[in-house]
Amino acid sequence: MKNTRILISVLTGVLLGMSALAQALEGKLVVVTSYPPDTTTTFKKAFEKKYPGIKVEMLKKKTTAGVKYLQETAGNNTSDLFWASAPDAFEILKGDDLLQKYQTKVKGIPEKVGAFPINDPDGYYKGFAASGYGIMWNTRYLKAKKLPVPHEWEDLTKAVYHKHVGMSAPSRSGTTHLTVETVLQGKGWEDGWATWKAIAGNMKTVTERSFGVPDGVNSGQFGIGIVIDFFGLSSKASGFPVDFVYPSVTTLVPANIAIVNQAPHKEAAAAFIEFLLSDEGQALLLDPKIMRLPVNPKAYAKAPKGFPNPFKDNSIGSGVKFDLALSKSRYNVVNSLFDVMITYRLDDLRKAVKAIQDAEAALQGKNNPVAKQLLVEARNLVNAVPIDAAKASDKEFNAIFKKKRKKASTKITGRQAEIEQQWDAKVRANYARAEELANKARSML
Amino acid sequence: MTTQRGPAFAGLMIVLILLAFLVIPVVQVIHVAFQDPASGGLTLVNFVDFFRSSLFRESFVNSFYVAAMSVVVASIIALPLAYFTSRFNFAGAAIIQTLGFVPLIMPPFVGAVAMLLLFGENGSVNLLLDEHFGFTIPFMEGLNGVIFVQSIHYFPFILINLSAALNNVDRSMEESAQNLGARGFRLFRRIVFPLAMPGYVAGAALVFLKVFDDLGTPLLLNVNTMLAPQAYLRISSIGISDPMGYVISVILVVFSLFALWTSMLALKGKDYSTLQKGGGGMLKRDLRGGQRIAAYALILLILALVLSPHIGLTLLSFGTVWSYSPLPDAYTLEHYRMVFGSASEYITNTLLYAGLAASFDVILGTAIAYIVYRTGLRGRKWLDYIATASLAVPGVVLGIGYLRTYNDFNVPFLDKPLASWWVIIVVALTIRRLPYALRACVAALQQVSVMLEEAAQNLGATRSRTLWRVVVPLMSGGMIAGFVTSFATASVELSATIMLVSQESDAPLAFGIYEFMQSASGRGAGAALGIIAVVIVGLGTYLSHRVIERSHRQRTAERQIAEEVT
Repeated sequence: MKNTRILISVLTGVLLGMSALAQALEGKLVVVTSYPPDTTTTFKKAFEKKYPGIKVEMLKKKTTAGVKYLQETAGNNTSDLFWASAPDAFEILKGDDLLQKYQTKVKGIPEKVGAFPINDPDGYYKGFAASGYGIMWNTRYLKAKKLPVPHEWEDLTKAVYHKHVGMSAPSRSGTTHLTVETVLQGKGWEDGWATWKAIAGNMKTVTERSFGVPDGVNSGQFGIGIVIDFFGLSSKASGFPVDFVYPSVTTLVPANIAIVNQAPHKEAAAAFIEFLLSDEGQALLLDPKIMRLPVNPKAYAKAPKGFPNPFKDNSIGSGVKFDLALSKSRYNVVNSLFDVMITYRLDDLRKAVKAIQDAEAALQGKNNPVAKQLLVEARNLVNAVPIDAAKASDKEFNAIFKKKRKKASTKITGRQAEIEQQWDAKVRANYARAEELANKARSML
Repeated sequence: MTTQRGPAFAGLMIVLILLAFLVIPVVQVIHVAFQDPASGGLTLVNFVDFFRSSLFRESFVNSFYVAAMSVVVASIIALPLAYFTSRFNFAGAAIIQTLGFVPLIMPPFVGAVAMLLLFGENGSVNLLLDEHFGFTIPFMEGLNGVIFVQSIHYFPFILINLSAALNNVDRSMEESAQNLGARGFRLFRRIVFPLAMPGYVAGAALVFLKVFDDLGTPLLLNVNTMLAPQAYLRISSIGISDPMGYVISVILVVFSLFALWTSMLALKGKDYSTLQKGGGGMLKRDLRGGQRIAAYALILLILALVLSPHIGLTLLSFGTVWSYSPLPDAYTLEHYRMVFGSASEYITNTLLYAGLAASFDVILGTAIAYIVYRTGLRGRKWLDYIATASLAVPGVVLGIGYLRTYNDFNVPFLDKPLASWWVIIVVALTIRRLPYALRACVAALQQVSVMLEEAAQNLGATRSRTLWRVVVPLMSGGMIAGFVTSFATASVELSATIMLVSQESDAPLAFGIYEFMQSASGRGAGAALGIIAVVIVGLGTYLSHRVIERSHRQRTAERQIAEEVT
């Protein structure tokens, strides 16, 4: 195997030497990407066809692992492009000086999609597609269990959906974080968390990977999933009995690409970005296995019927004016709160919410002010958040949750594990008390 | 005592290897556990935080419970398989042993997907139960689901080590017991099983350690209140410098060593070695009609259960759409066509990496076992402890440690960093699978009597000649068991390799499967690639079984001839 590989590299070397005279581009391009082979091979083939001299290497890493990989190999970098969804991953790389500025030549791409700027204002990374979060469901499952189709986040809080919903955790997936943050911004800190806890009380599971959600819905492990649009749309296009809808409170965000600092094949990297943004590249996004929203409005002309178009349909992604600075100011705190209150205490939360739902159902049509009052108290206990919005964005408080240890001179009081333990104790006590109150209310009815 | 120079040199080399590729890279990463998050000074405060946190305490208890229960369930599955196939003349014993081994070759991600499709709340079994009887069984819920999947996945550790040990039990012991009137179950309980104890303990310890430290299964079943998932979630979501993830890693390592020490204690002070070798193994008997049918029924039932992930995977690889229904809607070959082009490179890489790693593992394992149990070198036990500790090092930690340690180290003549050369993947696999081969080799060596070596040396054989001509041949069964375990598990390893694959052409099968399983349309293709992996590694296992069987039979025949002559 080694021999053939050497032979191949010698041959490509010779070919390269010849083609180098004709073409100034390099012979190789290394792309670190979080995308599945459906996406990467489609683009690789099309690009290699257009630039026969360049061999594209797609290096598949989970977004977080990709960031880690680029950080660890920076001293001896061999990668040219970073190609992934979550804008915050690009922000981290930008902050570490691991990206390189690039000015695109393609024309006709608007400045914003929904309320979000398509390109990095500092010029480091470029949006090539848009995606927003929504609800997907398995039609067979809903039919078998006789459940109505949900359309809004509030629908998912209803008792009929108990143990039928699945989602990933914001600490696990950048796009899930965006959804959680979108609802928090759209509804405000307190009400936003109350909505998430009411939905989480109906959850079957919190998946570890973001792809675990469409996978669970596709196979029917649970009926309804909170997913990014292309998971839903491409599942449907692959033949699964599923469907997808955008709720009114959602944000469209660009998926991005950037040149890695000191990339060995800069020209090829630039050519790939230009290709991705060209009419030809944008049209590839509508491949049934990919199904992402192009950032070039012209590309929608060829879209299948019923495909969402955010440049025409203004209702998509315009419900919330997403504040990137606010999101950034409390990024790790929101992750940690979600995990402490929901991911790790799902059983406790589910029990409390179920008890409340049962008592509320029993209360229906009866007049019992004492029981009603108990249920209000129980709801408040479930909804309680250990810290308020101001504290969540507090700079000093956030320093405790920073991924990187600051210089020894920065004074930080408290450790993340210590604070999480305090929250955990409070949250568990609240859930247990809420369940107790709800059961008490129920016994009165 | 003969000279210690040879073993001492070998021991030194092993120490250097372990230092360079296990201790230093891991310390590069986990030293954070002992750092004050605010000031960076040396501290134990993170450990205090660990024991104060109710979530972590709960995770610890859960991990312990799951690991212990998995050993119990895995023993229940493995004992009958091992006993029947090595105790009786059984048509297809090699096939049964191979099939009983196949569960280990379960590529990550696909196994749990297949199990969920079959046993999940809305999986085939429960959909059918619900339709016909109106109730469902929560096989896959919470901790019980983890125990269920883990026992099915890891019981081969017990099966393979116990079978190797049973084949080494001195037949004369059994005959003496029979002459004294022991029969049936009593014979097994009082004589045969105790003599095979080293093999059983080796297997059970591996199951315990593996389940205790395993990450993939709980994560795929979305159970996160266990230690390994907590460590992984902290490291991968909070960040590489969060201390708690590493505190958990340290605790995993320490507790694993403790468990290992306990298992050694259980065997301490007893002598399991037997003198008579070469014709070994228990006397194989014939089963009577009724017994035969019962035994076959039991074995088929167990096989059906333990092979269910593979049955599910096969259905998935041929099925078109499988959603909320007992079986796929229709069948197709499309998925196999889809992976056909890319599969050959993945397969060559996998066979190369896993083959090299398993060979190194057996060499290292034999050397370590010999040094620990046959020499008086000071601190020799630590070789065993350190090598085994790698079982408890999360793959991600090892991967990151390698990147950190060897990215600036250029390989001579190649002019690229060691961390992005394919050999580093082999090294990672060797280190991660070393404990498997080591346990098998240790168990094999424990059954070889020192007297045989002393006899050889009295007859004038040098130490190395004794090693090559006496010890290694007598250990060969255990060494092959070790090779097979390391090889099969290395060929589906993902967690460390995913950090270390630096170009597509270096990627092994598990990496390819992982890639496919990230998209809705790739599920079938990933399953197809998984089936290809299982078939190839399974064939390799079956062939090595045949080789062992043949040499075994040959030796038995030779012995019989020798007996007749005398």
